[in-house]
Amino acid sequence: MTVASPTDFEPQGLQPQGWLKYFSFSLDHKVIGLQYLVTGFIFYFIGGALAGVIRTELASPISDFVSRETYNEVLTLHGTVMIFLWIVPVVNGAFGNYLIPFYVGARDMAFPRLNAVAFWLIPPAGILLIASYFVAGGAAQSGWTAYPPLSLSTPAIGQVIWILSVLLLGGSSIFGGINFIATILKLRRPGLKLMQLPMYCWAMLGTSILVVLSTPVLAGTLILLSFDIIAHTGFFNPALGGNVVVYQHLFWFYSHPAVYIMVLPAFGLVSEILPIHARKPLFGYTTMVYSILAIVVLGLVVWAHHMFTSGTPPWMRLFFTIATSFIAVPTGIKFFNWLATLWGGKLALNSAMLFSCGFIINFVFGGITGVALAQVPFDIHVHDTYFVVAHFHYIVYGGTVFVIFASVYHWYPKFTGRMLNEDLGRLHFLLTFIGFNLCFTPQHWLGLNGMPRRVAEYDPSFTTLNQVSSVGALLMAISTLPFLINVIWSAFAGELAGDNPWKALTPEWLTTSPPPVENWVGEAPLVTHPYDYGIPEGKIDLRVASGADLWFGGKR
Amino acid sequence: MTSLAPGSANPAGAPRSAIEADSTSQAHGAPAHGADDHGGHVDARLFGLATFLVADGMTFAGFFAAYLTFRAVNPLPADSSYELELILPTINTALLVISSFTFHRAGSNLRAGNQAACRSWLLGTVALGVAFLAGQMVEYFNLPFGLTDNLFASTFYALTGFHGLHVTLGVICILIVWWQARQGGRITQQDHFGLEAAELYWHFVDGIWVVLYGILYLL
Repeated sequence: MTVASPTDFEPQGLQPQGWLKYFSFSLDHKVIGLQYLVTGFIFYFIGGALAGVIRTELASPISDFVSRETYNEVLTLHGTVMIFLWIVPVVNGAFGNYLIPFYVGARDMAFPRLNAVAFWLIPPAGILLIASYFVAGGAAQSGWTAYPPLSLSTPAIGQVIWILSVLLLGGSSIFGGINFIATILKLRRPGLKLMQLPMYCWAMLGTSILVVLSTPVLAGTLILLSFDIIAHTGFFNPALGGNVVVYQHLFWFYSHPAVYIMVLPAFGLVSEILPIHARKPLFGYTTMVYSILAIVVLGLVVWAHHMFTSGTPPWMRLFFTIATSFIAVPTGIKFFNWLATLWGGKLALNSAMLFSCGFIINFVFGGITGVALAQVPFDIHVHDTYFVVAHFHYIVYGGTVFVIFASVYHWYPKFTGRMLNEDLGRLHFLLTFIGFNLCFTPQHWLGLNGMPRRVAEYDPSFTTLNQVSSVGALLMAISTLPFLINVIWSAFAGELAGDNPWKALTPEWLTTSPPPVENWVGEAPLVTHPYDYGIPEGKIDLRVASGADLWFGGKR
Repeated sequence: MTSLAPGSANPAGAPRSAIEADSTSQAHGAPAHGADDHGGHVDARLFGLATFLVADGMTFAGFFAAYLTFRAVNPLPADSSYELELILPTINTALLVISSFTFHRAGSNLRAGNQAACRSWLLGTVALGVAFLAGQMVEYFNLPFGLTDNLFASTFYALTGFHGLHVTLGVICILIVWWQARQGGRITQQDHFGLEAAELYWHFVDGIWVVLYGILYLL
């Protein structure tokens, strides 16, 4: 049976054309992808402004810039906005929607309407969340974890709005996950095998499995939490006989996999970018696939490493320490595969490549502190200190956000048909890389010396390093200026890109830039070896409908 | 109408792994509308629904895990216990299990071309579902505890209530299918995705109840 494709339902004339289509309930996966991307960036700037408030407050040891309550609200909104409205929608929704149908050789996602619904849940949820700052009692103050009993004793209205917003965003995420799984497994072009898919497909398949398995648990938990707040049940309220540790287990059953939901797609994206700009095949395709699957399996059984100080019994500590340490193996395999991909390649040190290399460097730091944090004796020492803050920002900012920027530089020519300015891009990279490391490296020291996270005030002996960190944050804020100027200016006046400026072999480049409504005019290309760069012509094992011709400049 | 090209020029390159699978051999769904007939998308709707039900099942799994942990760790107040009256819930369980079979009969009748019998079996399924909900209501009104009395009471109402919500949605879906399966409706012997989707969902809701009955009433 034919399932909805963009032109099936929308007679020409009813569906807005031109730029207006980005404000419509469009069913085109490319439009939805860009809707996710731009919406995500708007929330990135909001979340970044909130981070600016945090770092300004922390520039001095006393609470002088904002009140303690406001600090708690800002902290909660910063975490929630950055996770649920920026990183998850962008690395999953934006790039997933734009690229996955190309990669599987389809005209659209499996369920275009569900796709549009998933996107249009995000703006209301985001507006709801931000607006909760203005209700009586203000926004939620209990952090993005909303641990009871704290979340039961802070102002109720803001907390309930927070729950509602996260439920909407979780629903959006689940709908997206179902769509990706169905598209990758069911909509592959005839003749295209699973082990021939570009790596981002595997990353999104693994991510979507995690989304479908873990997000519903968070939804159920938050519903119970809202009962505790609204109906005064006692699920998580010790005063009424409830159990707070059960909340933590259920919360982290989602929220640890959420780390992989944020970083696995970034692994996939960087695996697409590196071979193209290093002009070499992706090293170790098969091991890459199996490490993604291993991370999915292990990622589901490590959650209690967030709870080593929650009265966790020794056997549980042992199990979760070992399971967590094991994750370093598949992650290490991927890390060395990227290095091997770069090794001996003809590297083009453009902005996309610089941000990808920045990702590799930052991510290995975040990964090493992650292994350290998995060890119970060390974790008890630094639990809830700035060491943890530094660790996860190295993963989600140094890791994922760097990849998002790399991906924007890499795919902008496909989105718009125009190149981004390389000088501004390199300046953006330099400022971001220095600013990021200046901001978060000192926080390792602060945490090791006992500075607790989530508190507006701190011991005056921590002042200097906190000020260094705040200067780093300022640099990161400044670094977005060349980026913003670049993307806006280049959209109108950037150098024309042509269809395939990177001479890439993956299917999204084997069509016009920007692509036509149904992705290809005529037959979808069958790309079975998407990474065969730099292989001598006689030994080429490449069966691309049009990609080989592009690569060899018509010499064959 | 979209048109995917048929699989041309399959590469001769050696397979890179043993877990390769051909997409065309996996594509099931409505047989009369396979990928190759229309050249359109493969019908992934039942697959999508099944994926959603996995997600839905994980919500229940979270609730069950919470309930079992509460029960193992948190002592109840002295005057309350985990014991429940068993007769009514057992009858209710039987009703739901039977309703799965009646729904199945509705499906086989439709596929055999007997649309009138299909609609009767659908109505029978609706009656069983409504009887289940009525039984649940009777049980609620006769319980010695309210929502906020103790941890067990809250968990009991949350679990059965969340399941009851699923049954209610299921009954509404079956009624819609029943309406669409009338003469000249959109569900026909050849084209009956709505019925298959509702049936899959109904079996899922029944299966969840059996687990719920086991751990909430029998354990």
